[in-house]
Amino acid sequence: MNDLVDLLKKMLTAPGLSGFESPIREIIREAWQPLTDELSVSKIGSLHGFKEGQGVSPRKRVLISAHMDAIGMMVTHIQDGFIRITEIGGIDHRILPGQPVVVHGREDLPGVVVQPPGFLLPDSVSDGPVEMKYLLVDVGLPPEEVLEKVRIGDTVSYAQEPLELTGEALAGHTLDNRVSVAATTLCLEALQNRNHNWDVWAVASAQEEETLGGALTSPFEIRPDIAIVIDVCFAKGPGSSDWQSLPFGEGVGLGYGPNIHPALFDAFEKKAKALEIPYHRDLMPKMSGTDAMAVQIVAEGIPCAVLGIPLRYMHTPVETVSLKDIRRAGRLMAAFIADLDDTTLDKINWEE
Amino acid sequence: MTKNSELTANKGFDIGEQQIELLEKLCNATAVSGDEHEVRQIVLAEIKSFADEIEVDALGNVLAKRFGSGENRVRVMLAAHMDEIGFMIVKKHDDNLFQFERVGGIDERQLPGKAVLVGRDHLAGVIGAKPIHMTTADERMKKIPVDALRIDLGPEIGDKVKPGDRATFATRFKLHGPSILAKALDDRFGVSMLIELLKHPPANIDLLTAFTVQEEVGLRGARVAAYKFNPDMAIAVDSTPAYDLPHWDEEDENVQYNTHLDAGPAIYVMDRATIADRRLVNLFTRAAEAEGIPYQYRQPGGGGTDAGVIHKTRAGIPSISVSVPSRYAHSAIGLARIEDWENTLRLLHAALSRVTPDLLAGERRG
Repeated sequence: MNDLVDLLKKMLTAPGLSGFESPIREIIREAWQPLTDELSVSKIGSLHGFKEGQGVSPRKRVLISAHMDAIGMMVTHIQDGFIRITEIGGIDHRILPGQPVVVHGREDLPGVVVQPPGFLLPDSVSDGPVEMKYLLVDVGLPPEEVLEKVRIGDTVSYAQEPLELTGEALAGHTLDNRVSVAATTLCLEALQNRNHNWDVWAVASAQEEETLGGALTSPFEIRPDIAIVIDVCFAKGPGSSDWQSLPFGEGVGLGYGPNIHPALFDAFEKKAKALEIPYHRDLMPKMSGTDAMAVQIVAEGIPCAVLGIPLRYMHTPVETVSLKDIRRAGRLMAAFIADLDDTTLDKINWEE
Repeated sequence: MTKNSELTANKGFDIGEQQIELLEKLCNATAVSGDEHEVRQIVLAEIKSFADEIEVDALGNVLAKRFGSGENRVRVMLAAHMDEIGFMIVKKHDDNLFQFERVGGIDERQLPGKAVLVGRDHLAGVIGAKPIHMTTADERMKKIPVDALRIDLGPEIGDKVKPGDRATFATRFKLHGPSILAKALDDRFGVSMLIELLKHPPANIDLLTAFTVQEEVGLRGARVAAYKFNPDMAIAVDSTPAYDLPHWDEEDENVQYNTHLDAGPAIYVMDRATIADRRLVNLFTRAAEAEGIPYQYRQPGGGGTDAGVIHKTRAGIPSISVSVPSRYAHSAIGLARIEDWENTLRLLHAALSRVTPDLLAGERRG
């Protein structure tokens, strides 16, 4: 389809499980290098891209937080050449049997998640779903070679190749949240040709899926005045049709709830309307399930907006997204950032 | 892979790059039972310069003969099924998502979260699953029923897919170390070996190869193929499960493995559908021992092959099955060893070369 698909495919095939982000960080570093003035890596492994504003110093700062880490698995045990696993991030064990994976051992080993036949499982399993602790990974090597190449604690990534579906839809693993990194990249691209008074800090954050470690530490270092957290949100699809899910490919989500500063929600809504970018209010009554949960409470507190890219089948290896929504999110963020000026912060207040 | 370089020299019945390439093509093709078109085309193209007679019969079987030379040739039928398990699209829903039905024995627990290819144009689709965030712990202990699953080909699929179209798992063939990871090794292994035997036939027999249809849904092709060939004896060449995995409780020994990988071709004594003719069991055993080819007896019990209908065709046809052991059949990704495949091909050739009229002259004994 275009550069966006190429960038996404490149990002999707790079490993980068929570806490083990360096392979994906290198890909993002390469993409952001020409778009930023300075790149650095935080102590916890988040990538910080700094793009200086054109306003008068001292400038205000806006942070974009898009987590780059992926869910996956970790080796817990090796038995007769077969590998037992646990999860990193949330995985429904029911989607694992028959999944292609890569075991990141002394070298990358392609393999498959195996549901052993019932007679090798406890009677309690019967013919029901098989919990992760009973599943195995087979890398097709003799047992002694597996022992040589794989250790307890090695990570295991999904290996499903990305698929282009009709209507500018893309399916694959780890679209959560590489699509938001892509949208952030589009935003940085758009800002190359636009004036923006504020400094922009684009952060590809680490460890969202497990500890929110990246989202707690990067804002502390950067001390932004406001933050835009961008992540995937639920799209309507089989098994997910209630109020929590937004229509697929029909606009971005604007998070609404206690993690989000209402004035920032209003500002984004206004901007989306002005640009005729379709959006939906994404209700998050208790918490957003995003980096915003952490960013919001860093230091003395940071006003957050949450942008969502609707995604089907979240946390499966066939997550599905519409490229249209990725572009919309990038465009909306760039327009919002270009508008930030000396008066903006005065409007981010609690004067209802 | 380490083995590949050693395999480049094709010494008659070794598996080399050419054989691997053909198997890759066969495994990546789509041929759900009842729609074997793609594999049939590959088979016909491969065998057209080697077979003496080729026919596509009323059910879609490819029947190909290669005659030997010399007197009193035994007419030996070899059957390998072209079809594979898969899906049929049964309904388009308003949300542009497709309901599907399984074709052949597929455990429903193997379906959620898989990529599929739909129709003759191999359109990419996915079988999604509800996000884990929206499930409860109780729910995750229940299977997701097939009728709750959908195939999603994107919002603008329009009329490009319609009820009746077939689909398979989207798995692409891969080699790793001594292993092959692919879909449909059951029974593209068999198809590949029959092609190889047609290309390099034992001269002492008339080789009657049946590339059969609809094995996975009731052994239908093999029945009419055997009737048509009316052979003196028959061999079903297939792939059989290796359940050679560890028991959850490490103290417990796995004694229901069916077969093991790395142990060579699996010779059948009995399965749910066939009690093999002992003379043929002996033929294969002796051929393996004479040639130093590793072999194993498949554990007697469940399962079945095309032999299940062939041996009861007409007045009865002495039959046996020989299979390549492979793991995870009927799921998205099977796993087998190149060496087991190679040894199965070698054993087939060795056994066929030893077939004489004497073999079947007397009464069946056992």
